[in-house]
Amino acid sequence: MKNKLLARMARLGGLSSALLLAGCEMDVLDPKGPVGDGVKSLIATSTIAMLIVVIPTIILSVYFAWHYRQSNTSAEYLPKWSHSNKIELIIWGVPSLIILFLAVITYQTCHSLDPYKPLEAEATTKPLHVEVVALDWKWLFIYPEQGIATVNQLAIPVNTPVDFVITSDSVMNSFFIPRLGSMIYAMAGMQTQLHLMANEPGDYLGESANYSGRGFSDMKFRTLAVSGDEFNAWVDKVKSSSEQLDGQTYPKLAAPSEANPVEYFAHVEPGMFNTIVAKYNNGMVMDKSTGKMIQVQSAMSDMNMKE
Amino acid sequence: MLGRLSFSAIPLDVPILVGTFLGVAIIGLAVLGLITYYGKWGYLWKEWLTSVDHKRLAVMYIVLALVALFRGFADAIMMRTQLAMAYAGNPGYLPPHHYDQIFSAHGTIMIFFLAMAFMTGLFNFVVPLQIGARDVAFPFLNNLSFWMTAIAFILVNVSLFIGEFSQCGWLAYPPLSESQFSPGVGVDYYIWAIQLSGVGTLLTGVNFFVTIVKMRAPGMTWMKMPVFTWTAFCSSILIMVSFPVLTVAVALLGLDRYFGMHFFTNDGGGNQMLYLSLIWSWGHPEVYILVIPAFGVFSEVVPAFSGKPLFGYGTMVYATCSIMVLSFIVWVHHFFTMGAGPDVNAFFGIATMIISIPTGVKLFNWMFTMYKGRVQFHACMYWAVGFMVTFTIGGMTGVMMAIPGADFVLHNSLFLIAHFHNVIIGGVYFGYICGMNFWFPKVMGFKMNETWGIRAFWFWFVGFYFAFVPLYVLGFDGMTRRMNHYDNPEWHIWLLIAEVGAVLILFGIVCQLTQLYVTIRDRNLPANRDVTGDPWNGRALEWSTSSPPPPYNFAIVPHVHELDAFMHDKENGIDTRCAGGPYAPIHMPKNTAAGFLIGVFSLVFGFAAVWYIWWLAAIGLIGVIGTVIARSANKDIDYYIPAEEVARIENEHSRKLMAQAAE
Repeated sequence: MKNKLLARMARLGGLSSALLLAGCEMDVLDPKGPVGDGVKSLIATSTIAMLIVVIPTIILSVYFAWHYRQSNTSAEYLPKWSHSNKIELIIWGVPSLIILFLAVITYQTCHSLDPYKPLEAEATTKPLHVEVVALDWKWLFIYPEQGIATVNQLAIPVNTPVDFVITSDSVMNSFFIPRLGSMIYAMAGMQTQLHLMANEPGDYLGESANYSGRGFSDMKFRTLAVSGDEFNAWVDKVKSSSEQLDGQTYPKLAAPSEANPVEYFAHVEPGMFNTIVAKYNNGMVMDKSTGKMIQVQSAMSDMNMKE
Repeated sequence: MLGRLSFSAIPLDVPILVGTFLGVAIIGLAVLGLITYYGKWGYLWKEWLTSVDHKRLAVMYIVLALVALFRGFADAIMMRTQLAMAYAGNPGYLPPHHYDQIFSAHGTIMIFFLAMAFMTGLFNFVVPLQIGARDVAFPFLNNLSFWMTAIAFILVNVSLFIGEFSQCGWLAYPPLSESQFSPGVGVDYYIWAIQLSGVGTLLTGVNFFVTIVKMRAPGMTWMKMPVFTWTAFCSSILIMVSFPVLTVAVALLGLDRYFGMHFFTNDGGGNQMLYLSLIWSWGHPEVYILVIPAFGVFSEVVPAFSGKPLFGYGTMVYATCSIMVLSFIVWVHHFFTMGAGPDVNAFFGIATMIISIPTGVKLFNWMFTMYKGRVQFHACMYWAVGFMVTFTIGGMTGVMMAIPGADFVLHNSLFLIAHFHNVIIGGVYFGYICGMNFWFPKVMGFKMNETWGIRAFWFWFVGFYFAFVPLYVLGFDGMTRRMNHYDNPEWHIWLLIAEVGAVLILFGIVCQLTQLYVTIRDRNLPANRDVTGDPWNGRALEWSTSSPPPPYNFAIVPHVHELDAFMHDKENGIDTRCAGGPYAPIHMPKNTAAGFLIGVFSLVFGFAAVWYIWWLAAIGLIGVIGTVIARSANKDIDYYIPAEEVARIENEHSRKLMAQAAE
């Protein structure tokens, strides 16, 4: 019952926001994946619920001010009147009911849109794993299953859930692809998770949403949402690169650079991501399946610390 | 000898800064020259700089706030111009190094030196008068608070011309603000400016808390206290509880930077999110510290110009207090995207939106105060109604961002920037300017020019929507904050519109300056003089004394019988001033140079600490301690105004009143 109401509100919200913004194709309000769709209908529903109070408030403040202007002597004047239980009940009651409604959908969507929660599609489709490292000032994407890595270009097959694990080897950033939905922070020594999926092929903006210093404005990447075949072709293209990412080449990549071009690495040393996380934690990293800290065993343990 | 300081720290290669320096130097020399020419140094020193009179300090605070407004607004319009230009390969005219300092300085200055100083100015002026007190509880500390705020602002501005300011945003998130990533002096300037002004703010909080608790006129029980005083009270409590957290957070960052510790570093066991948690458990109450007094202003202004008491006084008080309490349990909404669990996010999201209930109630209270009233469209009412419309929208977008699911796409976008300017400009700034127009005659003895006040309002109001509605749109279009240049053609048009808005706001500021000029020029016109001390048929005690009030505020301490004490007295024909006496001698605090000296030594200390000039820092610190000891040992800190002098001042005022009545 409640869900039906929510769904109806969401449809109504989607419709009116489409009307409001007709003609504009805005990234966040024109999502290309299920997470973005969920967020969009949440924004629409909550906006409509609040407009129930907001529109009368705005209209009444202007109307009261105008109608009870000094020159309008025909309006009633009660110079002593300053209290009414009935009005108090309404002005506390109506906003409380709306907030109660919003609190319910907040609780529900905190769970349904939890970035750590695997997408429903994962039940039927095997997800793609991507490890993301924020560097000064570029994004490194490691595809552990494919054994490749790229800089500032992320290719994902459409209709396939993507499981991101995110960290930083520098300052804090926020990993954000507006067309696909939620963002999450990238922090050194920590791993955050994000589950996204693209439903439509396209070339989408990816960026950092948290200011990270001099080169921040150019810390952008393109997200190529492509068909499965095109994705495989892209993987082959990356594999044909002559570059490798290992303990020797990584420090050069991690050194600060601005407006870094797209780079392909045909081979990545296994365990690279864990090593990057672990170097801030005395060589330990949290194992996501058990939640326990484990020692990283890697050929890259001699990898230079950036300091 | 000079630590890190050398000639290369002076940015001679940046023409904008050289030009600014010349401008500031010329204006500064002109002001100093004029003071010397008119021989006003003694007057300035005796009557203002060393004054412990809360009314004088109020004026100095507001002058400081207006200077900060110019600096902060110059930063703002430079940013908007950069973003209107820096598109599709055009780098704009501000390289990242300069641009990043500008947005960091803009936020720091607008919050700490415009909003906080303006708010403290209003507290200083209004609170003692509203509660029937002769001064604040600690007049010397009040003077010291002012100087700590003023020198911290000077320190921020010194960074323009010597070295650089922080490039880490107004809250200096680590690890970016750690020495590993920001080795320059910018963050150190930030740290010392925040710490020194924090001393002033904390003392202000303590001072007004004690003043309101202990110094209310006889008969003024809690529920007979004017709403502005209530808001100042809640705001003071928030200051006392939250500013120490800011001090600790920034001090720990300082320990990381100065002593190589690891509170917030990436490695060595540091955790950056600890800083975020600390800074926002100050930062969120901080926005309520600012906006609650603005609510207080509207609660005084709307009844005065509606010819009615405030609707739902009790509700208003409870709403204010509940906002005060709730503001402490919402801080995580500033970083939902760090990856906390859904239950944590849901708790903080729901707590945040609950605040919108008492806030909404306040809006309805002001609306129903106008309802069945006689609303006079004084300039104050323009700001008040403009606030109600604008703030409602800001509240709505705030609740949107309080929903974690929605915040996951809106966080750190220009939508966020639009939201908080929506509440800070539409709420705090409109409120303070409204308060300035309202209480100005009480401060100066003459009314502000209304025509220019209304023009200023319209430019600000329309300019605000032009400047910030495009930012809401850009947030939906995926544009994040703090970007220096971009290549998305869809963003460009909106940033051009926002630039137009910034120019309209500039006109608004020009109108405000003109308003001040015209007001002072026409101060002696009979229509502008406030002889009665009660120009708006006011309700609270501040209107019962003369304008400007005598040094002792009230010749006879008033007795309070009802809420809206002065209105009650007027309606019942009670002569609140007890004209004719008999008067008793009045005990008053003496002016002191100690606050000024502590301020100057603190500035020396702060500057030296920024540049690692340790011998100079030692001199500054010894100076501060020495002044404090000397001041503590000084027993000659008070005097009495003789009863004859009080009688003379009061009789003179009565004569003026009668002369006006005879006309």
